[in-house]
Amino acid sequence: MKKTLTTLAAVAALAVAGIAADASAKEWAKGAKVKIATEGAYAPWNATDSSGKLVGFEVDLAADLCKRMEVECEVVQQAWEGIIPALQAGKYDAIMAGMSITAKRKEVIDFSRSYAQTPAIFVVTKASKSAGFKTEAERLGLDEVDAAEKKAIDAVIGEFKGKTIGVQISTTHENFLREYLGKDVTVKTYDTQENLDLDLQAGRVDAALASASYWVPLLSSDKGKDMVMVGPHMTGGPFGAGVGAGIRKDDPSLTAMFDKAINAAIDDGSLEKLAVKWFGFDASAKK
Amino acid sequence: MRFELFPEYFPQLLAGVPMTLQLAALSLFLGFFLAVLLAVLRTSGIAPLVGFVKVYVYVFRGTPLLVQIFLIYYGTGQFDLIKQSFLWPVLREAYWCAIIAMTLNTGAYTSEIIRGGIESVAWGQVEAAKACGMNAWLRFRRVVFPQAIRQALPGYGNEIILMVKATSLASTITLLEVTGIARKIISQTYAPVELFVMAGAIYLTIVFTITRIVDLIEKRLSPERAAARGAKATAERDLASVH
Repeated sequence: MKKTLTTLAAVAALAVAGIAADASAKEWAKGAKVKIATEGAYAPWNATDSSGKLVGFEVDLAADLCKRMEVECEVVQQAWEGIIPALQAGKYDAIMAGMSITAKRKEVIDFSRSYAQTPAIFVVTKASKSAGFKTEAERLGLDEVDAAEKKAIDAVIGEFKGKTIGVQISTTHENFLREYLGKDVTVKTYDTQENLDLDLQAGRVDAALASASYWVPLLSSDKGKDMVMVGPHMTGGPFGAGVGAGIRKDDPSLTAMFDKAINAAIDDGSLEKLAVKWFGFDASAKK
Repeated sequence: MRFELFPEYFPQLLAGVPMTLQLAALSLFLGFFLAVLLAVLRTSGIAPLVGFVKVYVYVFRGTPLLVQIFLIYYGTGQFDLIKQSFLWPVLREAYWCAIIAMTLNTGAYTSEIIRGGIESVAWGQVEAAKACGMNAWLRFRRVVFPQAIRQALPGYGNEIILMVKATSLASTITLLEVTGIARKIISQTYAPVELFVMAGAIYLTIVFTITRIVDLIEKRLSPERAAARGAKATAERDLASVH
């Protein structure tokens, strides 16, 4: 038995080594083929339409950036949970999936410069007791917290104490909840934002936390007619420094190409135009 | 492989074992009673009951358990009628939704396993029991059911193992059993391979233990062993009577 187990372990280790082997670094240039992964379930950033086609802000942006980089692009779909590990395993070369640039993620992958910057905000159902919840400071930057912002944080904690808050797993929003409200609320994590919305409507969670860029279009649609945004607009700290394209640490030349293309898209206003088209407000990053 | 993750996160994964075992044990327990009931109805020969069981088994075997869990969890939350009913306190909890889905699912599979057992009992034995004046309940309890269970045991052992692994689907409706915890940690470490290797080892250990237990029970219930035990008891009695 022991021998069998050892053999099994050896086979497993070999298989694992095969999977985990990083794609070797290469020099990126014009004409290269770049595979970009997105989640396809986080409208309007990226979504899948009724015919199964990927659409959204990032799909359009990817097309625009690829034209600027003069590379051949393919946008593929990848479930959110495995999106960083699969990048490292070399299944694709870049991630454009509404992914915030955070210190924690930067330990494992690199990021291009940000192409979008949107605040996080809580949403509750209109029937909820918290439906009218507001803080004096409407904007809450978590990088350097002043007195008014401290008050706003306390107000948020007070409002949701003892309640259940839903959030998508592996997001900056989850990190924020665990860091700032972990002791006071029950955090319930979901594999997709869409499943979280269902549970918010079903009343299994008292509030949900996500990016305003997600909520604004949803709440103005029929699906979100019973929901309302409450509390402050939050940025910085665990929410990171905007949304950027995730790229392997081995590929600095690809990161540089993305940086250049994003800067060019900011300069000629096409990034802002795309953001307004998809989000209904200017969520684009500024220089 | 980041081996330094193993000592750090293995204990956290172990903390999910009680939830995994609870989900499997409770749904197998409830599902077994459901299965016996369904199997009896299925072999009753009463057309509408047989038809009902056939449709039930067809639906629950014909759709993936993942779909059943999703429909029971997210589906029930869509209807105000259910949300205002007495069922909601139960259906509101992911835990009970998982238990319900897994019970209904294993009930369907197990009823077929038990039906096979019931039908394997020789008709002559039932007739003999009838001739002895046993009523239907006594015949089922003393003659048919014990033999049916013995026949069904290898198949049922399989079903137990499948259910242990099926508990991992509960992580899709926010429950934190072994797989759920693994997924949570992966979201913080971005190390899926390491975490799933650990989770896999935990499932292997659980399944290994269950296999041994089922083996033991099977040996205990095998006709040869039972006959041998019977013979030994008779021999001892005979020896005792010599004195």
